[in-house]
Amino acid sequence: MFGWEFPPFNSGGLGVACLGLTRALSERGLEVVFVMPKMLDLSVPWTRFVFADKTDPLSEGLDIRTIDAALAPYLTSLSYEAYRRQGAAMPSNSVYGPNLMTEVKRYAAMAAAIALKEDFDIIYAHDWLSFEAGMEAKRVTGKPLVVHVHATEFDRCGGSSGVNNEVYAIERAGMEASNRVIAVSELTKAILVNKYGIAEGKISVVHNGIDETTAPQGDGTLLRLHTLKQAGYGVVLFLGRITLQKGPDYYIRAAKRVLERNPKVVFILSGSGDMEHSMMDLAAQLGIGSNMLFTGFLQGNDRYEVYSAADLFVMPSVSEPFGITPLEAMRLGTPVLISKQSGVSEVVNHVLKADFWDIDEMANQILSVIGYPGLRASLSENGIREASGITWGLAAQKVDNVVKELLLAV
Amino acid sequence: MKSICFYFQVHQPYRVKKYRVFDIGNDPEYFNDRSETDLNNRRIAEKVAAKSYIPTTTLLLKLLKKYPQMRVSFSFSGIAIEQLERYAPEALDLFKKLVDTGQVEVLGETYYHSLSFFYSPLEFEIQVNKHRDLIRKTFGVWPRVFRNTELSYRNDLAKWADEHGYLGILAEGWDPILGWRSPNYVYQPKDTNSIRLLLKNYRFSDDIAFRFSSKDWSEWPLTTEKFGAWVGEAEGDTINLFMDYETFGEHQWEDTGIFHFLEQLPEELFKNPGIDFKTPTQVIQSYAPRDSVDIPHTITWADTERDLTAWTGNPMQRAAIESVYAMQEDVMLANDGRLLEDWRKMQTSDHFYYMCTKWFADGDIHSYFSPYESPYDAYIAYMNALSDLRLRVEKVR
Repeated sequence: MFGWEFPPFNSGGLGVACLGLTRALSERGLEVVFVMPKMLDLSVPWTRFVFADKTDPLSEGLDIRTIDAALAPYLTSLSYEAYRRQGAAMPSNSVYGPNLMTEVKRYAAMAAAIALKEDFDIIYAHDWLSFEAGMEAKRVTGKPLVVHVHATEFDRCGGSSGVNNEVYAIERAGMEASNRVIAVSELTKAILVNKYGIAEGKISVVHNGIDETTAPQGDGTLLRLHTLKQAGYGVVLFLGRITLQKGPDYYIRAAKRVLERNPKVVFILSGSGDMEHSMMDLAAQLGIGSNMLFTGFLQGNDRYEVYSAADLFVMPSVSEPFGITPLEAMRLGTPVLISKQSGVSEVVNHVLKADFWDIDEMANQILSVIGYPGLRASLSENGIREASGITWGLAAQKVDNVVKELLLAV
Repeated sequence: MKSICFYFQVHQPYRVKKYRVFDIGNDPEYFNDRSETDLNNRRIAEKVAAKSYIPTTTLLLKLLKKYPQMRVSFSFSGIAIEQLERYAPEALDLFKKLVDTGQVEVLGETYYHSLSFFYSPLEFEIQVNKHRDLIRKTFGVWPRVFRNTELSYRNDLAKWADEHGYLGILAEGWDPILGWRSPNYVYQPKDTNSIRLLLKNYRFSDDIAFRFSSKDWSEWPLTTEKFGAWVGEAEGDTINLFMDYETFGEHQWEDTGIFHFLEQLPEELFKNPGIDFKTPTQVIQSYAPRDSVDIPHTITWADTERDLTAWTGNPMQRAAIESVYAMQEDVMLANDGRLLEDWRKMQTSDHFYYMCTKWFADGDIHSYFSPYESPYDAYIAYMNALSDLRLRVEKVR
C-alpha cells in the first residue's frame, strides 16, 4: 500500500483514513505493507512500514538522488509555488522539502525497487501523490493495482479554475492504469466519471468511517473555553484547512449574519492554510473580528477540547470528497452543520445540511442551535449513535471485497 | 352475524413554511408557502383531492348506491374541512353527498387534530366543541362516537367522553394491552357508565393501508377473495378497519390496484351470508360488551411502540409541544381571533410528528410523510414561527 501521510505526521483526512483503514483491514486478516516516501518515526502494531528513501537505489540499478522536497498533500501547485517564491515557512507538520513533482517521480522510481523486493498480491495507492508509485509497481510486477481517490484536483481548487494539468494527468493516468478505483463518496465518483472519463463500472464507493483508532483523544482537562461559555456565549467551530475548498469565507459571512441577530456567539476558526490572513482581514472588514477566534492548527488534546466545547461544528466546504471531521464532532456529541456538497452528507442524517453558498440558511441553522436547546440535545443524542455505526470496519469490508474480486480474476 | 366497520380519517395539517430566524418579527404568515414543495398547503390539498378524495368518494357513492345495506364512517379534522373548502371545494361537496346518503356516520374529534387532551383539558374541550359545530354546519349531523387524534386513548379520555354523552370511543387494538381479548368485540372502558370501546383490528387494517402494495409481503398481491376469506374466518362480532382515507390513491397509488380492490370488496364480502357492514354506532347498538378494558397509559396507532413517542419522544418534540402549550394563558388573555387561530394551528400533531428522529426502525414511514428535508429543519421552522407568534402575543397584551 502506497501512501503519503500517516498520523501523527498528517495534516488532514488522508492520513486519518490510512490509519483507520489499515487497522480495520488487518483485523480482517489482510496483511498490509505500508510504503511511505520518507523515513519517519512511525509504528503501529498492525502494519509494517517501508520507507522509500531507505531503499538503496543503486543496488536496484537505479540512479536516484534524494532531494529534500516540500510535499504536503493538500498544497495545490499554486500555493506550493507561492511558498517557494516567498521563501515562507512550510506548515510545521510538513515533512517534505520544496519540489513537488520531483518528489513524486522519485517516489515512483523507488516504488519499483520496493515492489521487486516485497512479497504481495495487490498494489494499493492513495491519492495522486502515490499513483505513479503504484503504476510503477504494477509495471514491474504485473500485479493488480487499486487506486483510492480521497480527493481530486477539482476539489482542492474549489472548482475548475486553477486545476493543475500535470496533477490532473497523473490522477487520470493512475485511474486508467488501475484495475479498480475506489472513491470516498458518490459525489467523488461522479467527478471521476464526468471529469476524468473513468468508466462507472470500474469505480466502487467506499465511504470513510470513524472508530477509537482515529477519533480525537483527550482527557477534557483543558477548560479554557469554559469562561466564555459561562458568560453565556454560544461557541461555533470551523476546523479544517483554511483554503478555498473548505469554504471559510462562507463561514465568516454566515457568522456576520448570526451576530447581527445574536451578539453572544463566538466563532472559532481552527486550522491553517493559504487563506488564513485574508480571512482575518475579512472578519475585521465585516466588523466581527472580536467574535472570531483564529487558533491555528490544533492537534491532540487541544483538538479534542475544541470539538467538545463547541455548541455546533460547521463544515461549509465548497467541494468535499468526504469530510471526516463531522464524524469526529458527532462522536463527541457535538451537533454538526455540513454543506450538501460533501460526501459525508451521503451517510449522515442526524446533522443540519445547507448549500455552502446559502449563508442565510446557515445563519438560520446556527441561530437555531444556539437558541433552541431541544435541537442541540436531539442532534447530539442521535449524532453519537449514528457516528458509532459508520466504522472503518464497514469501509474495510468493502475494500476487502474489491481485493478479493481482483484476486479471483488473476 | 359479523360486521365490517370501516372508519376513514380525513386530515390535512397547516404545514409551517420554511420560516427562518430572520423572519421573526417580520412575517406573521406561517402557513402560506407557495413553492413547488410539499410545504405548500394549497398544492397538497389539490393534489390529495385529485389523487385520493375525489376518486375514492366518487367510487364510494357508487358503491353505497349499489349496496343500500353498505355502511362506512369518517372522521374529518376541522382544518382539513377548512382547507378543502378553500382549495378543493369539489371534494368537500362529494363528502357532503356521501353523508347525505344516510349510510355514513361522522365521528367527533378535535378541530385542530391536536394532542391537547394530554396538555390542556380546557383547550381540548374548546376544540372538540368547535369541531362539533363545524360538522353540524357542514354535514347536518351530530357526532356520537369520539376518536382522539392519532387514535390516542387512555381511561380518563373514555371517562370524559362518557360524561359528555358519547355512545362510543375508538382505540388501537394493541395486543399487549388486550392480552387474551380479541379486538373483534365491543368492550366497556374501565370506570365508565354507558360508553363502549371499539378497537382497531390493526392486522387487517394494515393489510390494506400499509402492506397492500408491498411486494416483500408474502401475501402480496392482496385480492378481495383472499381478504374476504380471512375476514370470513375471523372470530368475533366486528372487524374494525380503521385507516387514513389517503390510503386510497395517495399512500397506495391507483396503479397498485387499490381502487379496484375497494370496488370489488363489498361484493366479495356479501358472498358470505354472515357478514354485513355497520357504522360504529350500529356496532355498539348491535353487540353487547364482552369485558371491561383498563388502559391507564396512553396508546396510539403509531409505530411499533403504539405510544406517543412518535410525537413527543425526543427533546425537540417535547420542547416544541411544551412551548406551544406554555403560551396558552397569554394567548387567551390577548383575546385576538387571529392569534388564537394561529396558536391552535400550531398545535396540530403533524408538526411534532415531522420532528420525529426514529429513522431506524419506523423511520421510513416518518420520512415518507414529512414535507421537510429533515426532522431538524421541521423543528427549526416550527420554533421560529412560534417565536414570532409569541412576539405578536406580547405586542397585543
